[in-house]
Amino acid sequence: MPNSSASENKRSKDSVANVLIVAVSLCLVCSLLVSTAAVRLKPIQERNKEVDRKINILNAAGLYDEARDIDELFEQVEVRVVDLSTGKFVDYIDPQSYDLVKVLKDPELSQPVAADEDIARIRRQEKYALVYLVMEGDDIENFILPVRGAGLYSTLYGFLALKADGATIQGLSFYEQGETPGLGGEIVNPKWRAKWQDKRVYDRTGVTRIEVVKGPIDSSKPEAIHQVDAIAGATLTSRGVNNLMRFWLGDSGYKAMLEQVSSREG
Amino acid sequence: MNEETKKVVLDPMVDNNPVVLQILGICPALAVTTSLATALTMAIALTVVVSMSNVFVSMIRNSIPNNIRIIVQMTIIASLVIIVDQTLQAFAYDLSKRLSVFVGLIITNCIVLGRAEAFASKNPVGLSFLDGIGSGLGFGLVLILVGSIRECLGSGSLLGYPILPLVTEDGWYYPIGLMLLAPSAFFIIGLLIWALRSWKTEQIESPSYQIRAVHRTEVM
Repeated sequence: MPNSSASENKRSKDSVANVLIVAVSLCLVCSLLVSTAAVRLKPIQERNKEVDRKINILNAAGLYDEARDIDELFEQVEVRVVDLSTGKFVDYIDPQSYDLVKVLKDPELSQPVAADEDIARIRRQEKYALVYLVMEGDDIENFILPVRGAGLYSTLYGFLALKADGATIQGLSFYEQGETPGLGGEIVNPKWRAKWQDKRVYDRTGVTRIEVVKGPIDSSKPEAIHQVDAIAGATLTSRGVNNLMRFWLGDSGYKAMLEQVSSREG
Repeated sequence: MNEETKKVVLDPMVDNNPVVLQILGICPALAVTTSLATALTMAIALTVVVSMSNVFVSMIRNSIPNNIRIIVQMTIIASLVIIVDQTLQAFAYDLSKRLSVFVGLIITNCIVLGRAEAFASKNPVGLSFLDGIGSGLGFGLVLILVGSIRECLGSGSLLGYPILPLVTEDGWYYPIGLMLLAPSAFFIIGLLIWALRSWKTEQIESPSYQIRAVHRTEVM
């Protein structure tokens, strides 16, 4: 008797009806659980992303302070959209809804970069870029500019902070990169990042001079103020950083804006 | 705790370790062990997923149709993994960024499906839960070992705290760059397997092919 009931049980378990019942109810239960988790946690996740982005922006200028509230710190930052070709701020694009991924897909808002000019190897560049201005009253204290470009294995995403003159570097930080840890990955090392501080991007005639060079920098030479020592053992990543800096600070980058807005002297 | 439950929980630690004996879950063991923090998070995430999937599979084990059982188990596992991933993104954003796709890849971790199929589909809920905890901890143990070695030798720190002062921070220790790359985990896991099998000789498998000297005439 027990034998036959077991086999009967097995047959009903494997019947088409039961297969359908189990499959459908399992899918319902699982999708309910997954969507509940996704929907309920979404606001917290969005908030995390926003805080993370704000920390990265403030880090570039060295303004981030763990002890203070991030939103309070960010109050001194004004987000603007700039037309890269004219260097003028524009108001018809809302910085709040600006999404680089979407912008780069939109032929109205972005354009391909000509191969011979694309030293940062980004292929497509936005026509309008987001910039962050650290304000001190009505004056711009720092420019924080998003930069990106190809390293050795990955695209490096970072923020470059410039001082009020629009030509002296305040800081550089990368928030997304996939270079070799310990070698190219050292671009996030605070020691290397500190080497950028107070370097001058442009010379007196306004030519973009900033560069990453191999080997020790002779500080007695006049060009030393434009040069940053490359990372030992990471020549190609250093070259990538050099190229992206020269691209974004050159004619196709923020140069037009920096020339117009900054309070540069002489 | 009686003998059987003790065996279920403790066996996967050393005697039947999922990584070093069953050689399962090698991919995450390579990918997330560059630092101890990520290894720990992965260990916890996997333990949660494998124990919960064991519970759910065991709960409905008598009504799962035989011919769709793998799909049913995978659906349960995938749902749990998504929930864990979403939770990490909400409450441990930094870690989830560093673990990137590897939390999602728990779905394909053979340990989870292996335990659901081999244990939970035949055993009661309580015991299946403990089996999941045991397997997760056995996996976690290896991850923590490998993660500690790699972070210590590769970055000179543990959980971010400096242990060996690095040359770049004016110390004396030249970090071994290889430790931060995937191949080093192969070496460490290989050495672990060797060490464990020298200690527990019953884990040595009989060779599937024996090389022996063949006389020339035998071949002909």
